[in-house]
Amino acid sequence: MTTSQLETGTILEPIEIGPLSRTDFVRYAGASGDFNPVHHDEEFARASGHPTVFGHGMLAAGVLARVVTRAVGREGLRRFRVRFLARIWPGDVVRCEGRITRRYESEEKHLVDGELSARNQRGETVVTGSFTALVPS
Amino acid sequence: MVVERGKIREFLRALHDDPDADASEPPVAPPTFLMTVAHWLDDLAATRPGVVLDRRRVLHGEQEFEYRRPIRAGEVLTVRSRVREVYEKHGRRGGAMLFVVSETEFRDAGDAVVAYMRNTAIETEGSAPA
Repeated sequence: MTTSQLETGTILEPIEIGPLSRTDFVRYAGASGDFNPVHHDEEFARASGHPTVFGHGMLAAGVLARVVTRAVGREGLRRFRVRFLARIWPGDVVRCEGRITRRYESEEKHLVDGELSARNQRGETVVTGSFTALVPS
Repeated sequence: MVVERGKIREFLRALHDDPDADASEPPVAPPTFLMTVAHWLDDLAATRPGVVLDRRRVLHGEQEFEYRRPIRAGEVLTVRSRVREVYEKHGRRGGAMLFVVSETEFRDAGDAVVAYMRNTAIETEGSAPA
């Protein structure tokens, strides 16, 4: 997909990851530096009232960001925002989708706005998001 | 914070991305890479100066990144965080929830702001998180 094809309503190519493993959570913890034990320590997670460990919201958010950068590249991104609605659990398959909601010009630059969502295999929305990116004219 | 090439690779792999897919040189940090500021602080909690939350009961509410320009491997960024807002809400299940909104500013070697990262953390009440 080239950025010139990005018009209002364009559906971005989805990305699916999973089934997620505890190793995925540990790898994200190491890469990001977020070592809250609720994401890798089973005893700590249970003692904190969770049924088991769960994935970092930012792991799903990072995959949503891939949907954006695959379509517009990394250099033009101006804003990326996510809201977390549900947690991701071991065994979950997360499907990340996005679409362009608006293409416009501002100060002679071409921009797109888009909306994003990540759903699990039960059809529950786990993360929603939005973005703004510069695109070539 | 030094934006390191190896950390960008590691971060992309943790997102199941192909670290060689983007051929730009030096590599541009992916959208959520600024989360790795955690490696330069004691803990992500340091982005909420003056506020102590119980991590057993903290949920991640929202996260926002605003970029003035791309951030590339090799850059050295200066980081400053502040708490912008603290408020309480009552959840659907009746418990009080404490919302903490913080903002971290990233400046380049020339002291220009290159990005902002904004975080909303939610501390739930009691021992059974929503």
